[in-house]
Amino acid sequence: MSSTAFVSMNSSVVAAGEGFVPPGIGEFNFDPYFSDGTLPWLTKPLVASVVAAIMVMAFFILGSRKRALVPGRFQFATESVYTFIRNGVARDVIGHGFEKYVPYLVTAFAFIAVNNLFGIIPGIQFPTLARFGFPLTLAICSWLIYLAIGIRRAGFFGYFKSVMFPPGLPVFIYPLLAPIELIQVLLIRPFSLALRLTANMFAGHILLLLFTLGGTYMLFNESILLKVLAPFALASAVGLTSFEAFIEVLQAYIFTLLSALYIAEAMSEEH
Amino acid sequence: MESTITLAGPLVYALAAVGPGIGIGLIFAAYVSGVARQPEANNILRPIAFLGFALVEILALIGLVFAFL
Repeated sequence: MSSTAFVSMNSSVVAAGEGFVPPGIGEFNFDPYFSDGTLPWLTKPLVASVVAAIMVMAFFILGSRKRALVPGRFQFATESVYTFIRNGVARDVIGHGFEKYVPYLVTAFAFIAVNNLFGIIPGIQFPTLARFGFPLTLAICSWLIYLAIGIRRAGFFGYFKSVMFPPGLPVFIYPLLAPIELIQVLLIRPFSLALRLTANMFAGHILLLLFTLGGTYMLFNESILLKVLAPFALASAVGLTSFEAFIEVLQAYIFTLLSALYIAEAMSEEH
Repeated sequence: MESTITLAGPLVYALAAVGPGIGIGLIFAAYVSGVARQPEANNILRPIAFLGFALVEILALIGLVFAFL
């Protein structure tokens, strides 16, 4: 099919006015709970993130309250999350002196994973971190931590000197390399951390919405062909939901991994 | 004319997804063959593979964001 035919077909669907409206960026804007103007900031993502914070706190406090040498079921669940990040991320990536940063990494992983999994939990079904402000705050936390580590290790000018002028390179490389490295450490890293989370959750949420809303639209359409095809769309929505669960935990892992990597790089003597 | 504009975003994203698609394929191909040659290196290779995956994936995600802008 040529692109002009597709465009004209597309415009005819739009012109009909009653056609399927695909989910867009408007799905991510929520009205405040109180419509009379009090508490205009009280929206669904904020409440969901507070609920996630309480859930993470309750999970770790309850799991570590009655510590036993032979763990019970709940303590085992808590310990496996903790051990996964401690050994799989902090110890393997940071190496010597990693113990100080385990609490931040475990908290970040658990908070991001719970917030992301809200995207597929019935009743909430909105990944909080699809709103750019939430992951940006988390990324700024990581950013402040690795900058503080680097500045405390080598001093303000020493740290930026080690970032911008890594030793052992030909001199004519430095005018090119120094600004790139500086922009990367100061801007690109926090923004890519935040953008990666946001865009993943955004895309996943749009994808699920597209298949569920589209499948429902097809099911209630007059056309027999669309009615027959609708179960396939809804079945893909179910399959994609489990795929999203995987992506959501993977993104929490990647955020933690990259934070640990940046911390390790700020800690190391050489670049 | 209106629909041409709405189609531009998805097309741009489709182009932006080609490169990262190839890149992620190469990364996981190397990861799989590395683990196949040396299964005990899995724990060392996994963070490296996902690190490369994350760095390549961000390009596709930037394309996605620009498609919606």
